[in-house]
Amino acid sequence: MRLLIELFNLVAVVSIVALPFLKVRGKGILTLVTICLQVVLASILSFQVLSGSPVDYSYAGSFITGAIPIRIDYLSAWFILIISFTFFTGAVYGIQYMKKYIDQAANITLHASAYILAFTTLIDICIVQNSLVLLVIWEMMAISSFILIIFEHYKTETLRAGINFLIQSHVCILFLTLAFMWVRIKTGTYDFNGITAFTGSQPSIIGVGLFIFFFLGFAIKAGFVPFHTWLPLAHPAAPAHISGVMSGVIIKIGIFGILRVLLLIKTNFVTIGYLILVISVLTGIYGVMLAIIQHNLKKLLAYHSIENIGIIGIGIGLGCLGVGYSNQILIVLGFSGALLHTLNHSLFKSLLFYSTGNVYQLAHTINIESLGGLIRKMPQTAFLFLIGSLAICGLPPFNGFVSEFLIYLGMFKSISSVDFSLTALMLFSILGLVLIGGLAMICFTKAFSIVFLGTPRQISIDKVEQEKRASTLPLYAIVSVIMAIGIVPIMFLKVISLPVGQYANVISVDTVSQFSEITHTAAMIGVYSAVFIMLIGLTIFIRRMVTKNRLVSVASTWGCGYNGSSNKMQYTASSFIRSYRKLASPFLHVDKVKREATGIFPDSVHQETHPHDKVEKWLIDKPIYAFRQLLSRFTFLQNGNVQAYIFYGFIFISLVILIPEIIEKVKFLINFLNQI
Amino acid sequence: MVSLILILVASLFFTGIVIRTKSLASGRKGPGIFQPMKDIFRLLKKGSVYSSTTSIIFQIAPSFYIASVLMAILIVPLGDYPGVISFQGDFILFAYLLAFGKFFMIISALDTGSSFEGMGASRESLFSMLVEPAFFILMGSFALLTGHTSFHDIFATLHYGSNISYLLGLLATFVFIMIAMIENSRMPVDDPKTHLELTMIHEVMVLDNSGFDLGLILHTTNLKFAMYGAIISNFFIGDLSLIYTIPIFFAVQIGFAIVAGLLESFMARFRMSHNPQFIFILTSVSLLIFFGVLLLLERFV
Repeated sequence: MRLLIELFNLVAVVSIVALPFLKVRGKGILTLVTICLQVVLASILSFQVLSGSPVDYSYAGSFITGAIPIRIDYLSAWFILIISFTFFTGAVYGIQYMKKYIDQAANITLHASAYILAFTTLIDICIVQNSLVLLVIWEMMAISSFILIIFEHYKTETLRAGINFLIQSHVCILFLTLAFMWVRIKTGTYDFNGITAFTGSQPSIIGVGLFIFFFLGFAIKAGFVPFHTWLPLAHPAAPAHISGVMSGVIIKIGIFGILRVLLLIKTNFVTIGYLILVISVLTGIYGVMLAIIQHNLKKLLAYHSIENIGIIGIGIGLGCLGVGYSNQILIVLGFSGALLHTLNHSLFKSLLFYSTGNVYQLAHTINIESLGGLIRKMPQTAFLFLIGSLAICGLPPFNGFVSEFLIYLGMFKSISSVDFSLTALMLFSILGLVLIGGLAMICFTKAFSIVFLGTPRQISIDKVEQEKRASTLPLYAIVSVIMAIGIVPIMFLKVISLPVGQYANVISVDTVSQFSEITHTAAMIGVYSAVFIMLIGLTIFIRRMVTKNRLVSVASTWGCGYNGSSNKMQYTASSFIRSYRKLASPFLHVDKVKREATGIFPDSVHQETHPHDKVEKWLIDKPIYAFRQLLSRFTFLQNGNVQAYIFYGFIFISLVILIPEIIEKVKFLINFLNQI
Repeated sequence: MVSLILILVASLFFTGIVIRTKSLASGRKGPGIFQPMKDIFRLLKKGSVYSSTTSIIFQIAPSFYIASVLMAILIVPLGDYPGVISFQGDFILFAYLLAFGKFFMIISALDTGSSFEGMGASRESLFSMLVEPAFFILMGSFALLTGHTSFHDIFATLHYGSNISYLLGLLATFVFIMIAMIENSRMPVDDPKTHLELTMIHEVMVLDNSGFDLGLILHTTNLKFAMYGAIISNFFIGDLSLIYTIPIFFAVQIGFAIVAGLLESFMARFRMSHNPQFIFILTSVSLLIFFGVLLLLERFV
């Protein structure tokens, strides 16, 4: 075990050192080989842990850090598996995606090293339990993600998004540092067990306070509203495989953090549950509400990540309420739903981002409004995107349904609780989750059909290149896992039962029987999903048999008497969501630039809409503007005059020397006065 | 199994009764009650015309649609007799299966590249999103009332004890009738007999479908009506034996069909921009049911 972990890190170091010395093609191959090797090592490690032998050992460390404990429990193992799979598909997909940048050798070296480093640090975050070391690794992870995002750094937009990400990552680290410092000061240890010891000995309100610090930090990473503003900027800026990996697993490390802290902290879980649940429902609804109005396909997917983080959070919140009310069934359903949805989201979101990458590569744009009819040129990508869309909407027989079902079931089961406030909260969350589901359907019917169906809107379909096999192959691997979860969810729930068991403090007989009941239900869902697929197959088969010899003719679409140039008369994405936009207008902020037809011989008409994020405006833009206004009052200090700067230096040095003296004098004076 | 057969039977004459009621209400004799089925059979025998802009999606969507509704019908129980599929939380699967079918109908409408059909798809997706909360809160209320989470368990243990519970049953019936009317794009929300594309919802989505596919779509509507009728009948059946159940089932179906026909005869379609408000009313009514249940169980603090 120890050897595996050391080997895992060693491989990364060796290959990062070797990368600059290779030719561009070699860099790609080396990265792929390294990632494959690391994935194998990590998978072996987590399978060993999941088969019942958790790792727990400790490095001596230095006098600064203290002992560095390495602990891999079921929770870590589950996340290691999720991270490894997505990084693996990302590497395979990334190799062919990066081919068109082959002349940027230095840039690719940096990118490849950052990719390996990001993977290694993510896995290390899952296993290290020393807060100081963790913060260092976290910082490395943040910086390597930053480098990954700004691959196209020669574009101003990309760089701006990257810097936004970097700043927000550091706000996240700030909160984590504060939380860990709090524990360190009170207990004198960097070991995570200090959290348990500290919160166990204090009144529960201290624990809630500590948790809020951790939650703020991890929520920025995960993208909970209102800390999500970096996400929709960073995703469109990054290359497709990075967007997939980032949305699939890098933001999930925030979820891992929350789950880890929940395992360690000893406090009032009911309060925490309420907190997480309410924030998550709002996150989910807000994320999907903004996703619908986006025109940039990647930005749309980014907002959907926020929505899915909300769904995962709902699961975690339910689980916490279960712990708080010691309701075993709620613990099981909530945490299983959350953990399964973490995997599910990493699968379909990376699938959607990779297929968006294919669209970008072949059509050279991801503006939904200018695309259309791509299913003719890239049928496979269209199929893959459709699977991803159905899965992300939580429709059966795909994986998203299973996890959402578990969460729904948890809510419906606990709605008949004796506690009125819990019942009301469940009602609120059911409403929230239903709205999320319905809105997601609007969003993905729009995204899929405007991009892939109909006729091309602004780009010419002839200019779109044919898709290559290499660009769809890793995507089929993801689809197969998606189908596997949809049809045999029980296989995955068996594994999930291990980390879930960590939350139900004592694995009582009750828990076991409850869990077997739920796995039974899940197994049924799998069977019925299979039945559903067969039923669909049967209807298609009957249809084909019946209509085989029928007369089929092709005509133009019904145009109500006028079959003009149909691509301009088609429904666009904006018109498809117009009625929704009107309905939700109080919550949205859409800038509209419109030039209407006037006069007898009107000019060309023109309309543009730019969706904005209200939270970003009020939480980020306005305060920064106010802060800059304040600072601008002090610009007179920066007058470019060398003498003035020397004067500032002189003032500074004098203050440094004089302040202790003055304090001494003041103390002396106070003493003197006291004595009188 | 019983419910499956009964629903399939009811779907054969349901729309016929609706049409007959409408004709009688407007002073005409009207076609026989099996005329819609005859029309469907005629369509099933015909060839098809496909638009040149459509892709494979347009051709497979109707089959996906009917398959999803058939699968949903398998879940619907009949009083004490569970559906073919019955497990904890089966109504979640029910709702999501219907959503699956709708997803395909929406994208198939957009596949034609027509602005009319896009308009219909846009409205359908918005309205069905707005309907969902009503259904889930209603099921949540019954889960709260009975302490069970599957269609069969809920309906089999649903007893009307006091006056309030009768009121709840009545309100729930109202909500379900309205859900059925909206899901099938019928009168207060959508007028299936309108001749202007701009004012249609469901009809305009299937403008380009023809032949076998159109037949499937039309029959799916019948099935959906019968399915909602079956759910409504469950509110009145409880754990009676089959001898009473089957007549009640058909009585409810016919009653529902007549109500639908009368609604269509004597109500005007709402303005399209007022539809969301109307649909929200259903959610509030189901919230009323929820709080009624809380009152009944004395859970209010």
